[in-house]
Amino acid sequence: MSAELGIGAPPPRRMGFLARLANPWAQTRFLWVVAIGYVLWTLIPVVEAVVFSFNQGRSVSQWQGFSLRWYTGDPDGSVLHSPALQQAIFQSLKLASITAIIAVPLGVAFAISIHHWRGFGSGGANFLMLFSFVTPELILAVSLFLLVTHAFRFIGQGTLAQLVGLVVLGLAYPVVIVRARLVSLGRSYEEAAMDLGASPVRTLGRVTIPMLGPSIFASAAIVFAISLDDFVVAYQLSKDASTQTVSMYIYGAARTGPTPAADAIGTLMLTASTLLILVTVVLVRRSNRKRGESSSLV
Amino acid sequence: MPGGRRAQRRADLADRRAWSPRGFWQAFAAPATIYLLVFFVFPFYVVLAITFGGVTAILREPMPLWNPLQWRPPVMAFTLSNLTHTDGLYYAAFIHTIVFVAIATGLCLLIGYPVAYFLARRAGRFRGLFLILFFAPFWISYMLRMLAWISLLEDDGYINKILTGSGILSKPFPWLSGRSFTLVMGLVYGYVPYMILPLFATLDRIHASQLEAGRDLGGSPARTFFRVTLPQSRQGILAGFVICGLPMFGDYFTQQLLANTSGTRMIANSVFDSLAQPIFVARGAALILVLLVLLIPPILYYLRSTNRAAAQGLA
Repeated sequence: MSAELGIGAPPPRRMGFLARLANPWAQTRFLWVVAIGYVLWTLIPVVEAVVFSFNQGRSVSQWQGFSLRWYTGDPDGSVLHSPALQQAIFQSLKLASITAIIAVPLGVAFAISIHHWRGFGSGGANFLMLFSFVTPELILAVSLFLLVTHAFRFIGQGTLAQLVGLVVLGLAYPVVIVRARLVSLGRSYEEAAMDLGASPVRTLGRVTIPMLGPSIFASAAIVFAISLDDFVVAYQLSKDASTQTVSMYIYGAARTGPTPAADAIGTLMLTASTLLILVTVVLVRRSNRKRGESSSLV
Repeated sequence: MPGGRRAQRRADLADRRAWSPRGFWQAFAAPATIYLLVFFVFPFYVVLAITFGGVTAILREPMPLWNPLQWRPPVMAFTLSNLTHTDGLYYAAFIHTIVFVAIATGLCLLIGYPVAYFLARRAGRFRGLFLILFFAPFWISYMLRMLAWISLLEDDGYINKILTGSGILSKPFPWLSGRSFTLVMGLVYGYVPYMILPLFATLDRIHASQLEAGRDLGGSPARTFFRVTLPQSRQGILAGFVICGLPMFGDYFTQQLLANTSGTRMIANSVFDSLAQPIFVARGAALILVLLVLLIPPILYYLRSTNRAAAQGLA
């Protein structure tokens, strides 16, 4: 991997990691310090949150000893015993899975279409998709809030509205990922299938979609992770406590007076999305290796 | 050359028509396009209909007017004048937003550029590891990270403990008492990955041969950087500004969590608060409209330039 990825680097230096840091004349020292500082800055808070989810006391800033109180022990506030926390986890998982199930097929079909269709309208559809991709989330959330409260009142605030919004939010990811894959695959495989007499539908089902497998899986993982962590859309379109998600719970707790239970529920979600991402990376790399291709992520 | 390309394209089109029935590919794009028209484009019309609509007689709740010919401007006029007059309702929040977003985006570039450069050029065999570490924030809940920052920044949190323990401060500093500084750092923390991503993608594509050419022609490393790398990463810097800066305009929760006082309110806070009370919903809609109009030019510029870059095979 590193040989192929090291393209941009000047003559490779055979120096250990520590030696590189210790050598004051290494040109790259400044960049190493910045990079490691950046990693510490981004990840130290995460470590803090995970550690304090195991705190024995009620504080999220004073360490009072290790316990599983906020996961299983506490009869009211722990993840195992609090209906509110379980409801939030259930709501987040439900929204994220259904969003992925709806957004991924729509997005993949759109990407395949835009890749082949160059006539009137393709530019406009593509523009619309990318526009939705860069529009700030608050604008999406507020306009959908006004839609469900003043125009499509039959939707109303609640789970359905949250789903509608999350699909808008997630739709462009599969499009961008799958299109990049289609471009890198080129047209030769499909043309070969056609030359051998396959119909467009058959080519799509037997050649194109199987080759897109890893990128479809990666898009599903990304849409799932984004919906799972989303706050603005889910919050604006939520009805009441029954449609509260994990992010909303943590937000509420952080503003009023958090207990380590908020850290605990966040840690559980963090574990879930990390596993998901790891599985994705492993699957994508394995399938790329099988095909003997370079190790790009998607 | 253009003629040749056009002929090529015509041949491509003929090829495609030959093996796909009319409307075949369009049909695949239809569901997603219709979805966006209904749930992305139409809602903007609702925003317009509420902004320029009326109110119900007794409760004074907003009443959307669907016919553009009946639209009335008072709410929009009210909102605009409160945005632009120094003693207006939204003036301070508007100015804060612009200042905070500008500083935070600038800091994101200052932090993000060396980090992205490192990842693209210098990470060597640790590159896979750093890729995962750098992009970890994308799948770690923002709220969880903010909750952790709040714990760290409390008066009795670890940041203050370290600062007082090492003698840098004599007493704990109230980071969370509504400081603009804390808010800007929170914004930078939250959005800097969106700066690194496009910068990395651009820097990663600059060919080693071009840098070698720069060196071979006698340029010092610094000169090579300023004459070759920096101009070529313009596209990435532009994309970074847009992808990292735009969502900050819609951020109200960072302010609520890290600096919840009236002195640091941003325009998104005004929008969010307006929507909580039915009588002010129309004002919230008007603010969203203003925000959208202000953000459309950078969005369009960005979409056009990425489109052009894609056409040149750069993106």
